[in-house]
Amino acid sequence: MQTHTFKPDLPPPALSVGVVGWLRANLFSSWFNTLLTLFAAYLVWLIVPPLIQWALIDADWTGTTRADCTSGGACWVFVQQRFGQFMYGFYPSELRWRVDLTLWLAIIGAAPLFVPQMPRKAMYGLAFLVVYPVLAYWLLHGGFFGLSTVSTSQWGGLMLTLVIAAVGIAGALPLGILLALGRRSDMPAIRVICVTFIEFWRGVPLITVLFMSSVMLPLFLPEGLSFDKLMRALIGVILFQSAYIAEVVRGGLQAIPKGQYEAAAAMGLGYWRMMGLVILPQALKLVIPGIVNTFIALFKDTSLVIIIGLFDLLNSIKQATTDPAWLGMATEGYVFAALIFWIFCFGMSRYSQHLERKLDTGHKR
Amino acid sequence: MQTTANVPRPGGSVWTDPKVRAWLFQILAVIAVVALGWFLFDNTQTNLEKRGITSGFSFLNNSAGFGIAQHLIDYNESNSYGRVFVVGLLNTLLVSVIGIVLATLLGFLLGVARLSPNWLVSKLATVYIETFRNIPPLLQIFFWYFAVMLSLPGPRQSMGMGETFFLNSRGLYMPAPSPTDSFGLFAGAVIVAIIGVVLLSRWSKARFEATGKYFPVSLGAVPLLLVLPGLAVLLGGNPLQWSVPELTGFNFRGGWVLIPELMALTLALTIYTAAFIAENVRSGIMAVSHGQTEAARSLGLPAGKTLRLVIIPQALRVIIPPLTSQYLNLAKNSSLAAGIGYPDMVSLFAGTVLNQTGQAIEVIAITMSVYLAISISISMLMNWYNKRIALIER
Repeated sequence: MQTHTFKPDLPPPALSVGVVGWLRANLFSSWFNTLLTLFAAYLVWLIVPPLIQWALIDADWTGTTRADCTSGGACWVFVQQRFGQFMYGFYPSELRWRVDLTLWLAIIGAAPLFVPQMPRKAMYGLAFLVVYPVLAYWLLHGGFFGLSTVSTSQWGGLMLTLVIAAVGIAGALPLGILLALGRRSDMPAIRVICVTFIEFWRGVPLITVLFMSSVMLPLFLPEGLSFDKLMRALIGVILFQSAYIAEVVRGGLQAIPKGQYEAAAAMGLGYWRMMGLVILPQALKLVIPGIVNTFIALFKDTSLVIIIGLFDLLNSIKQATTDPAWLGMATEGYVFAALIFWIFCFGMSRYSQHLERKLDTGHKR
Repeated sequence: MQTTANVPRPGGSVWTDPKVRAWLFQILAVIAVVALGWFLFDNTQTNLEKRGITSGFSFLNNSAGFGIAQHLIDYNESNSYGRVFVVGLLNTLLVSVIGIVLATLLGFLLGVARLSPNWLVSKLATVYIETFRNIPPLLQIFFWYFAVMLSLPGPRQSMGMGETFFLNSRGLYMPAPSPTDSFGLFAGAVIVAIIGVVLLSRWSKARFEATGKYFPVSLGAVPLLLVLPGLAVLLGGNPLQWSVPELTGFNFRGGWVLIPELMALTLALTIYTAAFIAENVRSGIMAVSHGQTEAARSLGLPAGKTLRLVIIPQALRVIIPPLTSQYLNLAKNSSLAAGIGYPDMVSLFAGTVLNQTGQAIEVIAITMSVYLAISISISMLMNWYNKRIALIER
């Protein structure tokens, strides 16, 4: 009996596998695509090599004055020399350890919250939220328990940016949740008050809010009561941001099926317990990515405090570029600022995407 | 079994009646809001009296006494604060409109590019989006203004494009058209041509629906649009006169100039907002399921019509609402002009005028209400549009 032996399979055509295949599929699949690829490659060639040349190859890294920048590229000496000012503003240099310590405490204190297996996370988080602000205020501002006072007018740089962002979100979150609950309330008067509040703050730019808090707030307050500049900015930021948080939280509340409300009511829970034990835990979990996004927006918006004369990261850099000894360093300064802001915002947006995937328990289609 | 013990009597206490409680809460809330309002109002009154500031809007008629770098309507130093307000408002609207148009174009381009099957193009779009949306807009404005615009060469060494456009540290100079005597004839011809095209396309659509016969509108429209205005030019001569900027002494004369503040602001806002619009466009297109494309193709629609008649109308429904909020954001971000001294409403009115007059409450109230009005009108317009194109479900 004749046996057939199959010939081995032919390999796929050499042009459709490996590097060549990938290139053909992704870059040169049609004449139009080829044209696009060539155009894009031209753009890259136009932008990337000069950028690397300027920022890395031709750049000056060491030195102390402007005269040390001779090679024609970026003068990172400027950033290096003013680094302290960019990070701490006018915070006295011998006391800067207090700022560092505050930051380390935040990192160490918050780290357990990011460990998934941590027991009693909510309790710990709550305790952290109560204890840490007091500790941070004591360390940064001082004035009691043996630490000398550093007034807020000396705060600045990245530290001030972080303080405004952190206090802003910590203040805006509870207020925003209350406003969202109010907006979804059955009571018309409460609803009208909350809607008006939210829509008002969402309709105006933050810059006018900051103007308002710096020129109108002193008029609103009774004689003798006054806030410093930072406090006024913070009040403006908190009120402004709470409206945005409220809308994010409302989205979460609306996503909870009606059955949850009815089941909670059928269990005999009152309004606050229904919200606190059943609705909010689910709704807030849904909107954590949204809250992180709001926080990113807030972080970027902190740069606006320059308008009312606070020395945040951006303003510190702007001031440094107007220094006669370092004229013409605007590009280096702003690129450095952009890099810092970018690292923070990009990191947070990645984290928010990660959370979105992790928390996705089937609410999506 | 005892079941009646814990059931409250139907009458119950008044305080446990949800309706009564709701009323009580609302009354308390209203009282609290009114009390807070009164507290603030009272304090303000006292403080204003103490500082000798008279409230009211009569200051709007006083002469301003300062010049403005860019005004779309006639303005000089002797004009009133009221006119300063209008100048600022128009400048704000100018930046917003230019920014919205450019950001929409760039954003749609980037959004489509990010979905492109071309690896390089989609990666480039991704890098652009991830870079620019994570840098604060104010920082971008500063960069374009302080690092780019102000370091351009002076007028005498300006970079020329042809002999008509000049870019230097004082701005972008370009030829300005001014109408001649025959402009009316030309404009009339253009309007008649446009009306003709509209009528033609209506007629062809009606015929198509009635008989199924297709008439290519562009076949009639292009000649109509070319011939009528062309005839007007032949009859009446050149409808526009171009005044070209010329270097006289240390500066340019004639033509239009885009001041560097305007350019920096527009550039930064466009680049920043386009990154967000691109993401909205991408998510909108991705929200249209692939089955729609397949269905359209199996009905025999070519790729272009699939896109135009099936994908885009459905994607737009998803894109429009977030697009609205991006437009609003751009309009609000235009107030960052105060950072570089572009004479928009905030820097002129809430900045200079407030400092000169000290009428903090009135000035801030006017500024805020303008933004509220812009916000509300844009969102109403978009809601109307959204409703019009919304899917009608049975």
